[in-house]
Amino acid sequence: MKSGDIVRCEYGGTSRKGTYITSRNGMSVIKLDSGYNIGIPPQSCSSVERPVIEPGKKLELVQDKNLPELAIVSTGGTIASRIDYRTGSVTSQSDAAAILHAIPELKKVANFTTRSLYTILSENMTPRIWQELARAVFEEIQRGVTGVIVTHGTDTMTYTAAALSFMIDTPVPIILVGSQRSADRPSSDNAMNAVCAARAARSDLGEVAVVMHASTNDDACSIHRGTRVRKMHTSQRDAFRSIGIPPIGTVAYPSLEVKLSCDAARRNSCKPALHDKLDERCALIAFHPGISPDILEAYERYHGIVLSGTGLGHVCTELIPNLKKLIDNGTTIMMTSQCLNGKVCDRVYDTGRDLLEAGVIEGGDMLPEVALVKMMWVLGNEKDKGRVRHLLLTDLKGECNRRRTHG
Amino acid sequence: MAEGPRLTAGIEIHQQLNTKEKLFCHCPTTLREVTEHSGEFFRYLRATESEIGEIDRAAKEEMKRDRKFQYYTYDTTCLVENDEEPPAPMNSEALSVCLTIAKMFGMTPIPQIHTMRKLVIDGSNTSGFQRTAFVALNGCLPNGGQIETICLEEEAAQRVKDDLFSLDRLGIPLVEITTSPCMHTPEEVQQVAEYIGMVLRSTGKVKRGIGTIRQDVNISITGGARVEIKGVQELGLIAEVVRREMLRQQNLIAIHDELVCRGASVDANDGTDITDLFRETKSTVLKKAKRIHAIRLGGFTGLVGRTIQPDRRLGSEMSDYAKKCGVGGIFHTDELPAYGVTQEEVDRLRTRMHAAEGDCIVLVAGATDRQVECALGQVVTRAKIAMSAMPVPEETRKMVEEGSTAYMRPLPGAARMYPETDVLPEVIDEVRWNCIEVPELLNEKASRYAEKYAIDLSYATQLVSSKRLPVFERAIEEGIKPKLAAFTLLSTSTELRREGIKIQNVADEAFIGILHAVEEGRAAREAIPDLIRSAAEGCSVEGAIAKLAPSVSREELEAIVRKIIESRSDFIREKGKAALGPLMGVVMAEVRGSVDGKLVSETLRKGIDARLADT
Repeated sequence: MKSGDIVRCEYGGTSRKGTYITSRNGMSVIKLDSGYNIGIPPQSCSSVERPVIEPGKKLELVQDKNLPELAIVSTGGTIASRIDYRTGSVTSQSDAAAILHAIPELKKVANFTTRSLYTILSENMTPRIWQELARAVFEEIQRGVTGVIVTHGTDTMTYTAAALSFMIDTPVPIILVGSQRSADRPSSDNAMNAVCAARAARSDLGEVAVVMHASTNDDACSIHRGTRVRKMHTSQRDAFRSIGIPPIGTVAYPSLEVKLSCDAARRNSCKPALHDKLDERCALIAFHPGISPDILEAYERYHGIVLSGTGLGHVCTELIPNLKKLIDNGTTIMMTSQCLNGKVCDRVYDTGRDLLEAGVIEGGDMLPEVALVKMMWVLGNEKDKGRVRHLLLTDLKGECNRRRTHG
Repeated sequence: MAEGPRLTAGIEIHQQLNTKEKLFCHCPTTLREVTEHSGEFFRYLRATESEIGEIDRAAKEEMKRDRKFQYYTYDTTCLVENDEEPPAPMNSEALSVCLTIAKMFGMTPIPQIHTMRKLVIDGSNTSGFQRTAFVALNGCLPNGGQIETICLEEEAAQRVKDDLFSLDRLGIPLVEITTSPCMHTPEEVQQVAEYIGMVLRSTGKVKRGIGTIRQDVNISITGGARVEIKGVQELGLIAEVVRREMLRQQNLIAIHDELVCRGASVDANDGTDITDLFRETKSTVLKKAKRIHAIRLGGFTGLVGRTIQPDRRLGSEMSDYAKKCGVGGIFHTDELPAYGVTQEEVDRLRTRMHAAEGDCIVLVAGATDRQVECALGQVVTRAKIAMSAMPVPEETRKMVEEGSTAYMRPLPGAARMYPETDVLPEVIDEVRWNCIEVPELLNEKASRYAEKYAIDLSYATQLVSSKRLPVFERAIEEGIKPKLAAFTLLSTSTELRREGIKIQNVADEAFIGILHAVEEGRAAREAIPDLIRSAAEGCSVEGAIAKLAPSVSREELEAIVRKIIESRSDFIREKGKAALGPLMGVVMAEVRGSVDGKLVSETLRKGIDARLADT
C-alpha cells in the first residue's frame, strides 16, 4: 500500500473506508473519513483505489509592487513546519512562498522576494551554513532590498544571529524570526512574529536582530540585538530575552508600530561589507564541579576555546595547568560566565588570578554562545595573537557592554 | 395513505471523567470560581490547513470575524492549558476508564490509538484545536442499535462571557460516545441516552452534576438533512428537541416547494447601500449604524417571516448566518413596519429596491462596508439554500429555549482533523485490554441490592443512581446495616434537603461517622437527622454527638439497667418477662435518647432474664 491509497478496513466487525497514511510500529495508520487516524493490523486493510494525485496547485503570489522590497531567506524551523508522515512529528518542509501563502497579512507590509536556502531544523545548523547564509543575505543587501528576513528554527537562532552580526556590516535590518508553537496550529505565534519581523525589516534599524513575542499575549514583539539575545525557555512564546541590555525595540501588534531605543543602530550608518571567514576549530566547554582535567585532552588541536565558568569566571584550580598547556601550544582561551548576567572578573579571587596568569582572556559580559561565535570569527580573520586578543576584548557588534546599568 | 416523514436519529454523549489529573497535563480536574483567577492573557486564532491542504469549512466560517480571545488562568492550571508547553503523554487513568466503558458496551479497541487535533477556533481551546483520540468501535445497545465509536477527548474551556474564557475546565478528560442512526422515535432517543448515562455512571469514575454530561443529537428526516444539535443538557428535553427539529425540517421543505412554485430568485449583485434612507429613522439600531445595506429576495415575501419552529422563522436562520460577520442581526420587510421603522420608510425602501409585491427586502446594519457586505453575502447564501434542491442545510446547531435550535456553523468535515504530533500513539494490546475489569451495571446492582438487602427495587434504583452510592458501598463493607445506610443516605437526606439543609456540604466521611456512631450505640437512630444538620453546618461528627447525644457507653448503660432492675425487683418478680415494656420507658428516659432503642431493649431483656433466673 502507498500513502494516499483509498482503503477498506475490516476491523472489529465493521467495515470502513479511509486513506492509507503510513506504516508505524507494525500497524497501518489509516485516516478514516471522519478525519480520525487509527492504527490497525495491516491484514485488516485492503487497497481499493489509488487516486491520481493532482499536481499541487502552484502558489501564485500577487504583491503590491509599490511597497518596499524585503527579502525572505528561509532556512526552515517551526515557522514553516508541517507534519512528516515518516516519523509522525513536525519537520520543516515549506519554502518561503509557502510562508507568504500561509500568512497573507505579510503582503500588506512589503513586497517580498523569497529565497529558500535550507529546510532544516536549527539543531542541524553548522558554521558552514552560517557562512552560506551570510553570503546569501549579503547578496540581497547588495541587490538593494530594504531589509532581509531570515526564517530560522528557534533552538540555535541566537548563534546564527551572532554569526551574521560578526560576518556582515549591514546598513539595513537583518531580522531573524521563528516560532515557538508550530505553524500548523491555529494559535501559532508564527504569523504575528513574521508580520512584526517584516515591519522591523522596513524600519529605521541598521543591525542584525531577532524579532519574537515579547510576552505570552499577542500584543507585541521585542526586537533583540543579535549579539545579546538568548533563548531562555524551552517552549513559551516569549522565550527570547535580551540579556544585559533591554530589547533595542518593539513592534506593537496589530498596529505594527515600531519603537527603537536610542541604542539601536540606525539604517545606513555603515557601508555593506562581508567578512565571511570562520575558524570552526573552536569549542564551548561548560565547567562543572568534578570535571576531569583530562577532558581537555580532547581539545588539544583546537584553535579557540570558550569556557563557561562559574560566578565571576572560574574553573577549579585542578584544571588550570591543563589550560596553560593548551595556551602554550597556541590555543586561545576565553572565559565567560554561566550566570549569563554580569561581567567576568578574574582579578578578585586567587583562582581568577591564576587563570589570567595562565593566559586566559576575560570575556567581559559576553554571552558564552556569542563568545564562541566571536572566537570563530576572530580566529577566522586574524592570526596574530596580539590582534586576536585585542579583537576579542573589543566591542565589535554590541556583544560587550562597556557599562552595565542595573537590572 | 401517505407515510409521515421518517425520523433517523443518533446521539453523541459527552461525559466528563472524574480523574485525578487532566488528559494531557498534570493539573487537577477541579472547577474554579471565576473570581479566583490568578492571571490572564489574550491571543488571536487563525484557521490552518489540514494535512491534506484544506481549510475546514466550519473553521473558515469562524474566520469571518476577528478572533481575539482572552483567558483566565488559575493556580490549578499550567503552561499546557496556556498552549505554552507541549502536552504530557495521555493520562492512563482516563484511558483506562474509557477502555472500561468500551468493554461494557462490548466494543473492540483500536490497537494503536492516535491522538488528533480537532480544529475548533471559537476560542474555547487556547491551541485552536481540541485533542481527541478514537479509542474503540462497534458496541451494542439494548434497542439493537450500535455504538459506533468511543473517543477520548479533552474538555474545552468554559466561556465566561463573549470572548472571555476560563481555563480551569480546559483539558478535563471527556468520553464521546456516538451511536449509529438507530433511533426512530423521540422517546427512543431519550431512552438510549438514559441507558448510556447509566452505563457511564456504573464505572463510578464520571463527574456528576450540571454540565458534566452533554448530549448532541444528530437528526435527519426523509427529504431533509443531517443536523447536529449541540448542548442538550437535560435528558427530558431530547424528545422535544427532536420533535421541533422534525417540524423545522418539514417547514423548510414546504417553504422550498412554495419558493419553486413562485419562481423565486436571488441575485447577490443586488446588494445596495441604503444608509441614507434611515438618517432620520426612529429605529435606534438603524440610526446608530454606520452602514446599512439591503438585498431584494424575489418571491420571498411572507416566507422569511414564516414560523418554522416555535419562536423561529426563516428570517431567524438568515440572521444567524449574518451574525457570523459580527453584525447584531437582520431586519426584513415581513416583520416591518416595527422596531421604530415606519410604513413610510418601508415604502421608500421598496421603491429604492425596485421591489415587486412578492419580494422581501432584507436589511443589514453594521460598522463597516466590509462587515455589512459579509453579512449580506451570508443572507444570500442562506436564501439560496432555501431555494435549492437541498433546502435543509447540513449544520451544527445549538439548542435555545425550550428545545428550538439556532444555527451555529456548518458540519465540520474531515479537514478539521490533524494529527497531534506532540503525543505518541497509545498501544492497546491484549494484555492491556484483558486487564480492564468490567464493573457491575447500576441496574443490575439495584436488583442485587433489592434482593440481598430486602429493599424495594425502586428504592434500590434510587440508591444506585445516587451520588452517595460509594458511601453506601463503603458503609456496607464496614459492617453498617444496609437498611440503616440506605435510609440515612436517601430518605433522611432527601427530607433534610427539602427542609433547606445543605446536604451537599456533608462530607462522605461525616455520613460514615454518623452511621458508625449509630451502629455502635454511641448515638440513637433517632438522633440521625440532627447529626446530619450539624454536619451540614460544618460541625464534626464527634462534636455533634457530644452536643446532641452525650454518649452513654455500654458499661454505663448496663450500670443504669442494673440500677433500675435492682430498684424494681418486686415489679419484675410480679410481671416476669412482661416487665420489659414498662421498664423500657424508664431506661430510655434515663439515657436521654442517646442509646439506640434496640440496644436498650436487648440489655434490659438480658438483665430481666438474669434476675428471673436468680429467683
